[in-house]
Amino acid sequence: MSDTKYILGHFEHPDDLMDGIDKLQKGNISIYDVYTPMPIHGIEAKLGVPRSRLPIVAFLCGITGTISGISLLYYTLHKDWPMNIGGKPTLPMPNFVPITFELTILFCALGMVAMFYFRSHLFPGRAPRVMDLRATNDRFVVAIDARINTDHEKIDSLLKDAGAVEVLHNKRKYVSYE
Amino acid sequence: MSSHNESIIREPLVTGKHITYAQVTEDILVPVENKPNKAWWIGFTLAALGAMLWVFSVSYTFWTGIGAWGLNKTVGWAWDITDFVWWVGIGHAGTLISAVLLIFKQNWRNSINRSAEAMTIFAVICAATYVVAHMGRPWLAYWIFPLPNQFGSLWVNFNSPLVWDAFAISTYFTVSLVFWYTGLLPDIATVRDRATGLRRRIYSIMSFGWTGNVKTWQRFEIVSLILAGISTPLVLSVHTIVSMDFATSLIPGWHATLFPPYFVAGAIFSGFAMVQTLLLITRKVMNFENYITMFHIESMNKIIMTTGSIVGIAYLTELFIAWYSGSEYEMYAFANRIAGPYWWAYWSMMTCNVISPQLFWFKKIRTSIPISWVLSIVVNIGMWFERFVIIVTSLHRDFLPSSWAMFYPTWTDVGVFVGSVGLFFTLFLLFLRVLPSIAMAEVKLLLHSASYQQKLKLVKEGHLKEEHVKFYQQSLTKYDSVSEEEIKEIAK
Repeated sequence: MSDTKYILGHFEHPDDLMDGIDKLQKGNISIYDVYTPMPIHGIEAKLGVPRSRLPIVAFLCGITGTISGISLLYYTLHKDWPMNIGGKPTLPMPNFVPITFELTILFCALGMVAMFYFRSHLFPGRAPRVMDLRATNDRFVVAIDARINTDHEKIDSLLKDAGAVEVLHNKRKYVSYE
Repeated sequence: MSSHNESIIREPLVTGKHITYAQVTEDILVPVENKPNKAWWIGFTLAALGAMLWVFSVSYTFWTGIGAWGLNKTVGWAWDITDFVWWVGIGHAGTLISAVLLIFKQNWRNSINRSAEAMTIFAVICAATYVVAHMGRPWLAYWIFPLPNQFGSLWVNFNSPLVWDAFAISTYFTVSLVFWYTGLLPDIATVRDRATGLRRRIYSIMSFGWTGNVKTWQRFEIVSLILAGISTPLVLSVHTIVSMDFATSLIPGWHATLFPPYFVAGAIFSGFAMVQTLLLITRKVMNFENYITMFHIESMNKIIMTTGSIVGIAYLTELFIAWYSGSEYEMYAFANRIAGPYWWAYWSMMTCNVISPQLFWFKKIRTSIPISWVLSIVVNIGMWFERFVIIVTSLHRDFLPSSWAMFYPTWTDVGVFVGSVGLFFTLFLLFLRVLPSIAMAEVKLLLHSASYQQKLKLVKEGHLKEEHVKFYQQSLTKYDSVSEEEIKEIAK
């Protein structure tokens, strides 16, 4: 058995990449992941990636912001220290709109982005798990786990058929950043 | 799903014959990966001198108190708030471009959103300094936030639009920053994967470990869309609340329900003018002509013209309502603006903001780079005068004629303003050097649909109607980045 860990198929055009994914899937080859320099529409459906649940997170965070805003205003202006400001009511709902709105937006944005970073393991200083340096530049890279899919020649020919410009057999999973 | 073909009658957003994905990266990273050229150094030196003036003037203000400014007991707000509103207004274009234009699927935003967002962040930083400085005791600036305190605990007055403004501006700044940085991650990763040594390490930390795999891109797109969705009302709310600083008062000339839409239109107007000022120079100096094309310039000019017209209508409506309301004091405030001692400020505002953008009805003018640049500066000057007129001329003749006064700026007023312009340009020039100033990943999306070469391919394939091709060929003549041979090639 060869010591190839991952096979990478490099494509120059997103259409070729999609074609390559189709061919691999028809040949019963499982795809580990795909790395692209830009988002490719429709690729999630092809790879069976489930819908993102981040919109739910955004909604929950936004609602938390709304409730926090109203609670803050209710507590400070009405409950803790009611002030007589020109004889106006201590619960002036129209005046509460701007701050409640701003806090809704703030909580929604920060909560959703924090969850995105957390779930995608993005944080300052994280060692990049990059398989090929050109995947952030001009190549669309399909990665195949070579130890699960043992018929390497078949993978090679499928990738080349679909128009892969380069097929790499890598002994290491990630590019070293040291 | 394969990439679909865009209609031929739409103008290309990326020009140039041999643009590939690799070429996009190469072109955009030139300023980031190489030593700065002479033009950059000259600009940076001037800007840094301005920034030093800012540091000096602001320090002097903090040291002596706001008595250093030309304020008096009648005119309690003048240059500081004028400059604040001016900068916040300028700070509206970035998020507008990245949010509103994303929702409306205006693909031309892809190559200008990054630098416009950076500009937004720097403009809001400049604006925030005035808020802090005009408080007089800046070390107590945290008093505007509802923190538990030892006064019993006495909370801030949430009925005050000044407190709303603190919330609005800080939310706007935070969300804009998060939106901008999240969008930067893929591009920082590109820089990282091309760099070596220390640069690679630094960009590696800044890239948060971005790899560009399917799931991350999927989440990235969802996050961008939702951020755009929530930023759209946010951007409108910010200047609405800024206008309420004035509109909820009882001063004639300020107390108007028209203020929120009028201020928002003015903010978009001045924001796009500043984007135009910056990008016309950037595209030339950085050789971005293929990415920021004549179509982008023309589109921005059209927005400047539209919002300039809205602002013009708002000015006239204000005048009409002052007369129609029958309120003597309201009418006096406007008569005083038109023909009082500050008539020159009012008429500068009217000329710069209402008349000059109407020149963009002429195609020759809105596709001319030098004229567009000059007009963008004119608009910025006009928008500064607008705020000066609203603030100073409404205040200087107040309810008691015995306390009527004039406002004269001191050197500190001028120094803080000129200095903040320097600070803004210093930050912007540094940004151009350190980070990719065009969103590479987003421009790459356009390469196989909205580029000159893709359209050329479609024409060569020859399934198109002849009049459509003719129309397309005609539309290319305005581009300064498409040569005559390239236009002729379409006809063959």
